[in-house]
Amino acid sequence: MTSSMLSNIVTFAYFAAMVLFIAYLATRSRHVVLLARLCAWVGFTLQTVAIGLRWYESYQLLGGDGRAPLSNLYESIVFFAWSILLVYLLVDLKYKQPAIGAFVIPFAFLGMTWAQLGLDSAIDPLVPALQSNWLTYHVITCFLGYAAFAVACGVSIMYLIKAGKEEQAGPNAPVGGIVGLFPSTKILDDINYKAIMIGFPLLSLGIITGAAWANYAWGTYWSWDPKETWSLIVWFVYAAFLHARFTRGWVGKRAAWLSIAGFAATIFCYLGVNLVLSGLHSYGGG
Amino acid sequence: MSNNESSFATSLWDFFCSLKLTVVTLILLATTSIIGTVLPQDPGKAEQFRQQSGEAAYKLFQSLDFFDMYHSWWFLLLLALFSLNLICCSIKRFPKVWKTVHEPLLVAADNHFKTLGNVEEQLLKKPVDQVRDRVVAFLGREFAAPVVTEQDGKVYLFAQKAPYARFGVYVTHLSILIIFVGAIVGTLFGYKAYVNIVEGTATTQVHPRGSDKPIDLGFSVRCDEFSVSYYPGGQRPKEFKSLLTVTDNGQVVYDKRPIVVNDPLTHKGITFYQSSYGPAGDAVYTFAVTERASGQTVTVSGREKEHIALPGGASLIPMGYTDSYENFGPAAQVSIDKGDHQHGNPFIVLQNFPTFDQQRGDAWIVALTGAKQKFYTGLQVAKDPGVWVVWLGCALMVVGSMSAFFLSHRRLWVAITPVGDKTGVKIGGSAHRNQPGFEIAFDELKKKLKTDLAS
Repeated sequence: MTSSMLSNIVTFAYFAAMVLFIAYLATRSRHVVLLARLCAWVGFTLQTVAIGLRWYESYQLLGGDGRAPLSNLYESIVFFAWSILLVYLLVDLKYKQPAIGAFVIPFAFLGMTWAQLGLDSAIDPLVPALQSNWLTYHVITCFLGYAAFAVACGVSIMYLIKAGKEEQAGPNAPVGGIVGLFPSTKILDDINYKAIMIGFPLLSLGIITGAAWANYAWGTYWSWDPKETWSLIVWFVYAAFLHARFTRGWVGKRAAWLSIAGFAATIFCYLGVNLVLSGLHSYGGG
Repeated sequence: MSNNESSFATSLWDFFCSLKLTVVTLILLATTSIIGTVLPQDPGKAEQFRQQSGEAAYKLFQSLDFFDMYHSWWFLLLLALFSLNLICCSIKRFPKVWKTVHEPLLVAADNHFKTLGNVEEQLLKKPVDQVRDRVVAFLGREFAAPVVTEQDGKVYLFAQKAPYARFGVYVTHLSILIIFVGAIVGTLFGYKAYVNIVEGTATTQVHPRGSDKPIDLGFSVRCDEFSVSYYPGGQRPKEFKSLLTVTDNGQVVYDKRPIVVNDPLTHKGITFYQSSYGPAGDAVYTFAVTERASGQTVTVSGREKEHIALPGGASLIPMGYTDSYENFGPAAQVSIDKGDHQHGNPFIVLQNFPTFDQQRGDAWIVALTGAKQKFYTGLQVAKDPGVWVVWLGCALMVVGSMSAFFLSHRRLWVAITPVGDKTGVKIGGSAHRNQPGFEIAFDELKKKLKTDLAS
């Protein structure tokens, strides 16, 4: 069994979990939820093994030049998917709201599908610029932060759907249908806030470790490179979100939109900058 | 000061203290920052933009400083506004928080309990003193040691946990200002420069970015050797390495110290980073040339297009060189001038196959024995006395934001009052964040207290 084959199974497990969570919204069946959770947990466990295996394979293949699987676009998106599942499963353990799975697992599934079908998964040794321990700290903190933002974004989308339906239905009418299975707007808002509360310090740490690395490798901790600037834009948006919560008129829907805008900026920072703009973070083998 | 003036000052103060200003400034910073990631930020590329997009757009953007936007007056003004807002907000709110932490309310009257979300009351058939001792011991064990205040025969307890969590947000705000200070110190007292040093030569000067005036280092840096190594079987570079020797006041401080990307060298606060490299001058090729008639071999060397004299008036002319010629390894194209000042027919000689040229059947048998290309190493040079201030700010930001988000100041008040021959115990609590979590903990605590007091 190679890590690549294992990753295909993981992709399928996430697909199954996604379909089952959506099926739950339609069927309201407890059994479906159980199966969906099982798929998510199995997928996550297998992916943890797959990442470890790829690490091991890099030493088999490159000898002393083996390295943690966090160095190119393929590996980063696989780690992103893993991080999303990690944050999602923690949220699920705490809040036990299965409807959220239908809005968060798709991010992980899309990532894995793109990685497995569209990206070069070759294990190459590190070019000189990446030969640093800072790489590991930088990537782990950034992507755990991104994953928390992905969960916040999924929950914000649910919030907007639910709040929209409730407005249509009027103040006293209960909202039925699929939306009826969503957690209350209060809980969705709370999860949104909590997820960003976890993501924001991680993003800050990601930016700081990146700056520390840049200073160690190039002698400048900040050079307004597009990637750096976009990470700061993401930071500004979530800082605005956190302060908006204490400001009247900025809670509820506006906060949900800010969270979605923040995740859009995050995705642009992660992918858009490399695909559209140019800069220091050109991924190898992308 | 007239009323008008004071009300103007108040509204100005309120403006700079407002959280709305914070949200708007942050969103403005986020959106305007995009400009610099789309438009080129260095003069050379801005010129390219002028040629591609026309004079009108260029002039407009130029007048708005869009080609150096992160140092433009309006972006710096936004950052200043952001800092001012941060300072004013903190000044406004800090004293109250300081008071909450350092002069806590020790005696909770009935009114105070009404403001708390979590309250529990019970009546016990025990004297006040006994209940007091029980509760004090209980809180010390299960929560935090309380402050005991006795007043008019009633006993008031106050206990708190993690009061300093309230300062997390101010530490975070301060950390941002410290980072700005570090950046300013670096800009004023440091520099970013570069220098190219040819192998075997030394320099005492470096060239700052955006200036023609070189900076004297006060010591000398020699590049003894530069090398590139590749991973097996590919074009993927593994290591760019320079051996540097630093001499200060005639004393060798570092002798052939290797520096690679991600491992710089620092001397007297000035750091040298491996950044680029390139060929310096022409390569020198070495050949072993054998005269077929006599069997005598001479070793000669020279650069491309140079006429290298051979015994008896002829000369050898290197015409070209490659590291890899159709899987045969290093090869040179040469021709021979037989003394008539005419280039003969060019032919290929291979370093790995020294006898290959015998087959040509000429009077001279040529073998390539070596090629030496001199390189220069390109070093980034940085002096930044503010960098430690920046790291201090970053550390404070991590500590501050973690405590702001994950620690919560929890407080408990207890009032123990004689009610006839019984004793009433009222306990209430609050947390400055994560109320749901506190609610659960409080419920747990009050259950435990009930069992404890019942025994």
